[in-house]
Amino acid sequence: MEDIEKPFETKEMTISMGPQHPATHGVLRLVLNLNGENVVKCTPHVGYLHRGIEKLGENRTYFAALPLTDRLDYISSMNNNVGYVNAVEKLFGIEAPSRAKFIRTMVAELGRISSHIIWLGTHVLDIGATTPFLLAMAEREKILDLFEELCGARLTVSYPRVGGVRNDVSQKFLDQAYEFAMKFDARMDEYETLVTENRIWKERTVDIGIISAEEAVNWGLTGGTLRGSGVDYDVRKYFPYDAYDQVEFEVPVGKKGDCYDRYLVRVGELRQANRILRQCIEKLPEGPVLADAPKFTLPPKDMVLKDMEHLIHQFILITKGPTVPEGEIYVGTEVPKGELGFYFVSDGTGRPYRMRVRAPSFIHASVLPRLCEGGLIADVIANIGTIDIVLGECDR
Amino acid sequence: MGLITTLSAPSMSLVEVEEGVKVLSPNIVITSMDKLINWGRSSSLWPMTFGLACCAIEMMACYASHNDLDRMGIIPRGSPRQADFMFVAGTVTKKMSEIVRRVYDQMPEPRYVISVGSCANSGGIFNTYSTVQGCDTFLPIDVYIPGCPPRPEAFIDGIIKLQEKIKKEQFRWGRWR
Repeated sequence: MEDIEKPFETKEMTISMGPQHPATHGVLRLVLNLNGENVVKCTPHVGYLHRGIEKLGENRTYFAALPLTDRLDYISSMNNNVGYVNAVEKLFGIEAPSRAKFIRTMVAELGRISSHIIWLGTHVLDIGATTPFLLAMAEREKILDLFEELCGARLTVSYPRVGGVRNDVSQKFLDQAYEFAMKFDARMDEYETLVTENRIWKERTVDIGIISAEEAVNWGLTGGTLRGSGVDYDVRKYFPYDAYDQVEFEVPVGKKGDCYDRYLVRVGELRQANRILRQCIEKLPEGPVLADAPKFTLPPKDMVLKDMEHLIHQFILITKGPTVPEGEIYVGTEVPKGELGFYFVSDGTGRPYRMRVRAPSFIHASVLPRLCEGGLIADVIANIGTIDIVLGECDR
Repeated sequence: MGLITTLSAPSMSLVEVEEGVKVLSPNIVITSMDKLINWGRSSSLWPMTFGLACCAIEMMACYASHNDLDRMGIIPRGSPRQADFMFVAGTVTKKMSEIVRRVYDQMPEPRYVISVGSCANSGGIFNTYSTVQGCDTFLPIDVYIPGCPPRPEAFIDGIIKLQEKIKKEQFRWGRWR
């Protein structure tokens, strides 16, 4: 009897979660110190997908670095492209025509829907519900089909160009996108029926990973992760780019800053993205899709094939790159994960002297210890899902 | 594993449905052991759930409802101990290569590897200081799927190629026969 009444000896256990783990959304590695089921210490290790995108960008012309941005946040490559071309356009001092701006806004919102819907599917799958994942992936296929109709690629699109977009949208694309947009709200209702009021879902997410508004700002969080805490900071509202100042939308915010609020914010964003998409199709103006700035945009392909001057012009732009004003510039855009910023230092040549990417995923990964420590090990999965990170962007 | 040559009922006749596979009557199939085992192996290939980069998103699209790899007997497994083959889906960095190799070493034999996408095949556009220029530098690869990233149809074609390869195997299981 005395043996049983003796207190158990406990000691801390260290486990390594990842980089090969189905719930870490890629190759994130967490080293967890556990006291029983409680997380004492959580240390994220990044760098398993460091590909040197910034360094590669410095060795390419401004045009040629565009496909690299596809591979940053590979779930929403369209938004990265839009962010990149906005930054480069500001550096060049050119502006895209109005139709191109609307098209970019439209495809960026399609990308946002596809990214958020993957987030919804995988986050819910990690916590234990399989059905929304299958429905979400079927929904995403429709958006990828639209992208394929638009530019031929499904995932790595490279559709926007410095000074506009690559090609005009077809009427077929607009019809299909509008049909998608009209049906999307009803589909969202379907997902919300499955998840929002689900008792298990609420037990796993309500009051998990709470972070206050002040702390969230201090940690540098952006996007849905910040807005879940009640701060209404959205780059699209505060520093409008493209056509965001010409469309109406609301910025959903949460109250408490727990996983459930962040879920509600992103679901609200899905509906708002659909609203913007619909407005863009309705308001789409006529006109050219590439800026009339011959020093900074590539000449039209049919002219290159016919005309010697255009051929030489294209050759010089591709090999040497455009002559760029000296200086440095930072432009932030709202991608589904948060604020993606591009910072360029230009030394006047056709290649950036320094290209820096402010990746929201990296900053969000740094907040993981704050969210996980003191909680249970099962909530680590919920916390990884809720900050919505992509390791390609985090490690660059 | 010889073919049964004497028939108990002389009225029955052998019908060759595939090369080397003969069907006698509705319930009897005569074949070689190799073909039987290869048939079993190729029709329930369980991959390792292991994604590295962009290609992993297309891999997820393959598993999900639109393309549905379950119909080919392919069910993703979370542990390398239960897996038959793995996709190296995405960029393999030098830091990650040791872990990819360890996951491969943990899989039971016979094991297969499908290299997916330009990065895993050859390094792709990432010819940098941190990227491994092709995962065949440290892993034996059975099938290469090109593309950046490959479409789900290309994934399915790659799996069919692997199944064809398995169906042609003869001595791989022979060491414990």
